[in-house]
Amino acid sequence: MATKLIPKELAKKPDRLSPGHRLCAGCAAPIVVRQILAAIDDPVVVANATGCLEVATTVYPYTAWRVPWVHSAFENAASTIAGIESAYRSMVRRGKIPDRNVKFLAFGGDGGTYDIGFQALSGALERGHQFVYICYNNEAYMNTGIQRSGATPLGAHTTTSPAGSVIPGKQQMRKDLTAIIAAHDIPYVAQAAPTQWKDLMEKVRKAVNCGGPAFINVLSSCNRGWRHETYETLEITQLAVDTCYWPLYEVENGVWRLTYKPKEKLPVEEWLRRQGRFRHLFRPENRHLIDELQAEVDRRWERLLFLCGETFSA
Amino acid sequence: MSPVLMQGDEACAEGAIAAGCTFFAGYPITPATEIAEHMARRLPQVGGVFIQMEDEIASIAAVIGAAVGGAKAMTATSGPGFSLMQENIGYAAMAEIPCVIVDVQRLGPSTGRPTSPSQGDVMQARWGTHGDHPIIALAPASVRETFDLTVAAFNFAERYRTPVILLMDEVIGHMREGVELPDPAAIERIERAETLVPPEWYKPYENLPSDVPPLIPFGQGYRYHITGLHHDERGYPTERLDEINPWLERIFRKIQRNLSDILLYEEDGVEGARTLVVAYGVVARAARHAVRMARQRGRKVGLLKLQTLWPFPEEVVEQAARSARRVIVPELNLGQLVLEVERVVGRERVRRVNRADGELIKPSDILAAMA
Repeated sequence: MATKLIPKELAKKPDRLSPGHRLCAGCAAPIVVRQILAAIDDPVVVANATGCLEVATTVYPYTAWRVPWVHSAFENAASTIAGIESAYRSMVRRGKIPDRNVKFLAFGGDGGTYDIGFQALSGALERGHQFVYICYNNEAYMNTGIQRSGATPLGAHTTTSPAGSVIPGKQQMRKDLTAIIAAHDIPYVAQAAPTQWKDLMEKVRKAVNCGGPAFINVLSSCNRGWRHETYETLEITQLAVDTCYWPLYEVENGVWRLTYKPKEKLPVEEWLRRQGRFRHLFRPENRHLIDELQAEVDRRWERLLFLCGETFSA
Repeated sequence: MSPVLMQGDEACAEGAIAAGCTFFAGYPITPATEIAEHMARRLPQVGGVFIQMEDEIASIAAVIGAAVGGAKAMTATSGPGFSLMQENIGYAAMAEIPCVIVDVQRLGPSTGRPTSPSQGDVMQARWGTHGDHPIIALAPASVRETFDLTVAAFNFAERYRTPVILLMDEVIGHMREGVELPDPAAIERIERAETLVPPEWYKPYENLPSDVPPLIPFGQGYRYHITGLHHDERGYPTERLDEINPWLERIFRKIQRNLSDILLYEEDGVEGARTLVVAYGVVARAARHAVRMARQRGRKVGLLKLQTLWPFPEEVVEQAARSARRVIVPELNLGQLVLEVERVVGRERVRRVNRADGELIKPSDILAAMA
């Protein structure tokens, strides 16, 4: 019997990511990881791409991980877990070890997933390894000091898309990685946020039990890069969801389904306004960028509603 | 100009801009990220282009593309990214594409210690690619030298139509020093050679007396072929030995016959020295101090500070070591450039001082090797 997804039951389970790690106050990554690990009752093996999560949970001479854990390089967490998973299944098949129903997880940030690790991820999904890849997506390279990534939204200030007199922050839209992964036609793909914890945990359960490769893209605020107070992390994450900038949905065996529909779709401005990385957008000369961002959020939201069968035309 | 407080990584970026660099493609990596960050701010101000790529393979490939398009182009990385770039560095050598690759060395192998210095990529700079080709690699020992050698790297790249590697290290990259930058008007800038021949006569790999055929940027009406395959003078793939061999000889000759220009170094009291210290990069600073201390004790000690590591300055080392009974080679690795020194002066005279744990070699370590 799987643990019921209620706080009273979950609180009884020992944490698989221990306290004492060195992730920043206000960082959403450990919240996301703890929710994910708590959702799984089976043994877990983790491969971790280079990034904040890897560095700050394994500071000399300790580790915060209470599960077998491997860090390889920046670009290949998906390949490493593919090797581990294949070897495990081979050992089980040959009767060398008993099948303990081990779940294989890979964690990567958006840099290690959208950019440098994309090829490794795509290959592992196509080969059909039975693993779950989690992208904890804080929308920039935070570990090296806030550089833009393929997940950074239009207009955001980063150190390599600096807002100044010549350019007003990042000049491109972020790529829709969740949809790109869905196009791999794997059994399970989802987008989630730590504010809807039960939704996230249910998605994790579906992912680990889907019988093939699965992918979950989790929005994970970085207060250092997004520029907000440490206590605002979840509030601002919820605004990303309620503005439909970060819709929560899943694609199960090719069927798209909205898992959360905001009561009232807020303007994206509500989310932007709370973050220092967008401050320059509120100058009159940059106002058009907010409009462009809103138009893009609307376009993607309408498409999603259509794909999820909520409307009949995109 | 008045002195400014500047970081080595910033000096590299400023040196590139002073040399005429208008294109940077890179990927964040400690301890080279500050070069990209500085370029991201500065290049738009001077009409240049900064692109952040999806990884280091893409970064060097975009740099090669930009160079083919006519720009002076650079990328900057550290060990792990430098490893990823090797295939395309070989391509740049094969296709004779002028470009600059900065490697701010950190402790390896693998992720190693990202914020600790190293000189562990010296041999990778020389032999990291597959196949045979010459390479130029320079190693600065101060913030000001980083500026100067970045300019030199661009000039060598253009003059000899070759990739040039700037081997910095974490300390030089992150260290801040007060520097007086040269007057921009006084900086020598080598521009890409032009051709007088019309498009139909142009051969991008012609065996000219200069050994360096001009590379005409794409888009100027000169239609030609660039490939990583062995190629003839027009750039078309070849399997003819009478085309492969002359090409191979030429690309080595164009470096070899210009050693007096390419080999940069500083000598301090090597004449008649009984002990010679050969050092480069951050270690040259400790070496300088050690040499001073030894001289105070009445020892005849010379210092040869190498700025050009590749091609290895064989004759310079041989000459400098002429009177020395002992040659000390301190390095932040377990013995890389020392292999070249030993090859030139013989193993009997050479003493190694090595560290590959992320800590610096101290002057006292070098002094101890003199005992």
